[in-house]
Amino acid sequence: MSTKVSMTVNGRKVSADVEPRTLLVQYLREHLGLTGTHVGCDTSQCGCCNIHLNGEAIKSCTILAVQCEGANVTTIEGLASPDGELHPMQKAFWEHHGLQCGFCTPGMVMVACDIARRKPDADEQTIRHELEGNICRCTGYQHIVEAVHSGIQAMNQAKR
Amino acid sequence: MDSTFGEKFGIGQPVRRKEDQRLLKGGGKYTDDVSIPGQAHLAFVRAAVAHARLKGIDGTAALKGPGVLGVFSGKDMEADGIGRVITDAALKDLSGKVMFRTKRLAMPVDKIRYAGEPIAVVVAETAAQARDAAELVQVDYEELPAVVTARQGLAKGAPAIHDEQPDNLCLHYENATSEAYDAAAKQAARIASIELVNNRVIPVPMEPKCCVADMDTKSGRLTFYAPTQGGRRVQGAVAEMLFGGDGDKVRHVSDNTGGGFGTRSKIYPEILATCYAAKKLGRAVKWSGDRSETMVSDLHGRDQVDRAELALDANGKILGYKVEMLANIGAWVTENGARLPIDGGGRIVGGLYDIPVLYFSCKAVMTNTVPTDTYRGAGRPEANFLIDRLVEKAAREMGIDIREMRKRNYITSFPYRTQMGLTIDSGNFAKCQDEACKTIGWDDFPARRKQSEARGRLRGIGMTSFIEGSGGRPEETMRLRFEKDGKLSVICGTFSHGQGHATVYSQLLHDKLGMPFDAVSLIQGDTDTAPEGAAGTFGSRSSQMGSMAIIGAANIIVEKGKKIAGHLLQAPPTEVKFEGGNFVARAGSISITEIAKAAHDPAKLPEGMEPGLDETFVYKRANGRDDMNYPNGCHICEVEVDPETGHIEILDFAAADDCGFVLNPLIVHGQVHGGIAQGIGQALTEYLVYDEETGQLLTGTFMDYGMPRAHHFPDMKAVFSPTMSTNNDLGVKGAGEAGACGAPTAFVHAVLDALRPLGVEHIEMPLTPNRVWQAIQAAKRKGAA
Repeated sequence: MSTKVSMTVNGRKVSADVEPRTLLVQYLREHLGLTGTHVGCDTSQCGCCNIHLNGEAIKSCTILAVQCEGANVTTIEGLASPDGELHPMQKAFWEHHGLQCGFCTPGMVMVACDIARRKPDADEQTIRHELEGNICRCTGYQHIVEAVHSGIQAMNQAKR
Repeated sequence: MDSTFGEKFGIGQPVRRKEDQRLLKGGGKYTDDVSIPGQAHLAFVRAAVAHARLKGIDGTAALKGPGVLGVFSGKDMEADGIGRVITDAALKDLSGKVMFRTKRLAMPVDKIRYAGEPIAVVVAETAAQARDAAELVQVDYEELPAVVTARQGLAKGAPAIHDEQPDNLCLHYENATSEAYDAAAKQAARIASIELVNNRVIPVPMEPKCCVADMDTKSGRLTFYAPTQGGRRVQGAVAEMLFGGDGDKVRHVSDNTGGGFGTRSKIYPEILATCYAAKKLGRAVKWSGDRSETMVSDLHGRDQVDRAELALDANGKILGYKVEMLANIGAWVTENGARLPIDGGGRIVGGLYDIPVLYFSCKAVMTNTVPTDTYRGAGRPEANFLIDRLVEKAAREMGIDIREMRKRNYITSFPYRTQMGLTIDSGNFAKCQDEACKTIGWDDFPARRKQSEARGRLRGIGMTSFIEGSGGRPEETMRLRFEKDGKLSVICGTFSHGQGHATVYSQLLHDKLGMPFDAVSLIQGDTDTAPEGAAGTFGSRSSQMGSMAIIGAANIIVEKGKKIAGHLLQAPPTEVKFEGGNFVARAGSISITEIAKAAHDPAKLPEGMEPGLDETFVYKRANGRDDMNYPNGCHICEVEVDPETGHIEILDFAAADDCGFVLNPLIVHGQVHGGIAQGIGQALTEYLVYDEETGQLLTGTFMDYGMPRAHHFPDMKAVFSPTMSTNNDLGVKGAGEAGACGAPTAFVHAVLDALRPLGVEHIEMPLTPNRVWQAIQAAKRKGAA
């Protein structure tokens, strides 16, 4: 049994027949080949699979693909400019060495953009609590927190 | 000269990583991102019990499932002549008897030895079909009582994990008899002792364990993708088990690996079983392990019950140290299960203290749990935790200032020969301690404590000094290859899974060969290119072993380049100088890229010279085990405890680390932070718990296992207090393990310092709110009695 689902992913209209039990993350990775979104756990704890659904960060392992009918999805692959220039948040992660193995990074960056949108004045403590749903095992979070803080400033700057 | 040449990209500079652009855009290629057209999918059937005789496995119903291609168990592997992984360690006891070693088939045929052990695989057209069918496999168990802790394992009448070793004792190691220590103890003015648990944890790289195995039936060659810390070793294991040792038949590839921490340096039964299924079916097979499977099957870390004693003179100077470790090494004796406490940690069992007499005993005990093996620090966090906890306890008991006590006992003259027969080459431990104290503001602590008191909080400060031994296997090979476009490739078998080798090696070659930073690229993660004999990345070895091999190759290239340049510039090679990437002699100058091109033109070479400028270099440490490097440091932690709830907040953390010469401070800081976070994780939130009756893992997901998160940490203050290693020309020391070696002790000392006014003297890790609260209540009851 399969169900047809259509959505917009990184500005491109896509549709496919999927098993109803297909998670959004599986749809992105296995059907669309967007493997930048990672799966680090099976209990919605680690945040490696964060994407933007209609402009808000969401763990793509907690929602079925069929629930996203007509939605607008952005993944890590859709964040940089079409010419390849890094998004200010990606750039901040690079400048502050906010990644080591890189596995949690796409989820971190997507959530960081969401923090910037919701809390443009977030200080370091706020950022640490906002990142509660994202686990990193490499960095001890320090450079990530610095990167997010700096990325938020850069995004604020860009808005002006 | 290239515009990028200069100090900006040389060694010692905080160069931003060249590997990040791709990773930041989602372009990383981790194992589960690999898909082979036409691949089948594999699911494991895992043991539902911890200890049982395996009476039978029935895959009949599973085989009838939709899309199912095969069901295989250990019996099939045995029938196909698949090899067994034999313990790659042979430590001896005092009588010279070699430790018990296991011979492990990827899936057992006789007994189940831990809950979650893989016992059969189901392969189907889709992942969902494979998982659905795996549920249909019937397993007949004859259950046996489970042995979970090391103490249970040694108890009289305990069930045997391996029938061949009825007492479950893999090895009772002793460095010597206890005679010398007993004599020292007789002379002592004071004996201090401690008993503590070093809790079992799990490494948890963020990428779950997985494997894609692609069998090319035409060539008979298997290519497999799996996360790794160095492909050569896993390739070798797969070749040996599945292809009769023919390494040409096996290729391992990993473009990106999502963290290692020691646990990804091993061959796993799941990888062997996936490769076996691919070979058996003659097609590509993918296994996407999930987190729950990874938790019940990745090699665990730590798990010791330790007892130790210090014999001291009246001034607090150590006369002798006695250590009795009980290590739970789990169900199978892996490469480092027993070796880790005994050699990995044992190499620095006395820490950075001058220990004139040592008795070191370690019993490595088998149990019905996942085997323990290498995890960040690999025995050194345990050894440091024990000695430094005891030194501090002794200081408190003797009324000596804890800073002064440490300084009285630090090793101060180098080289220093330890009782374990290793030579520590360098360090300035008192200086590290002073740096750390200055960084955190030790002297102003009483004022901060008062402020906390005013808010009803108990504030504590804790210190530790530690040392470890880095470098791992004493040999590494690197190949430098000049490409047609003038770029330089570093072809290696070390494997960067977060450490930034592409950046650091480029910095090195920018320095040594004057190559533009962007003109150097790293070729890693493929056994088709990795040099023979390349070992990989573990034990913080790549900074020394990888870098020194690169420098060795670069030096030969420069010498050969001088000869070619001399020939072309009509000057004797002795007159040719190599500066900033150019060979200069008399009026002429030729860049290294031009020389590399010229090296392929026989007409431009001196007579009899082999063409080409590429070079392979095998770096060997002269004294093997002895001339590793010895990173060390002093960490200080400051905490606040809420006495009503037992909740701990870490307010500050200062780390003064001696990593020797720092190749890239940005990257080394990242290593230090990560190590500290894993160390604090072990002490604050992480505990891998088995049910002591059934042997079932109780903390098998991130819902139950306390992974540390961003809000657990303060803004850490990491500073460098280097002394150069004299055991390698760069002066580097490892950076990866240090944090995990220091943080747990500093943190626990801080909490105990906070609770001391209440009469709390000891709490086992992890210091969860419940444990802290219970300790406070117990101390109150004791005080009232």
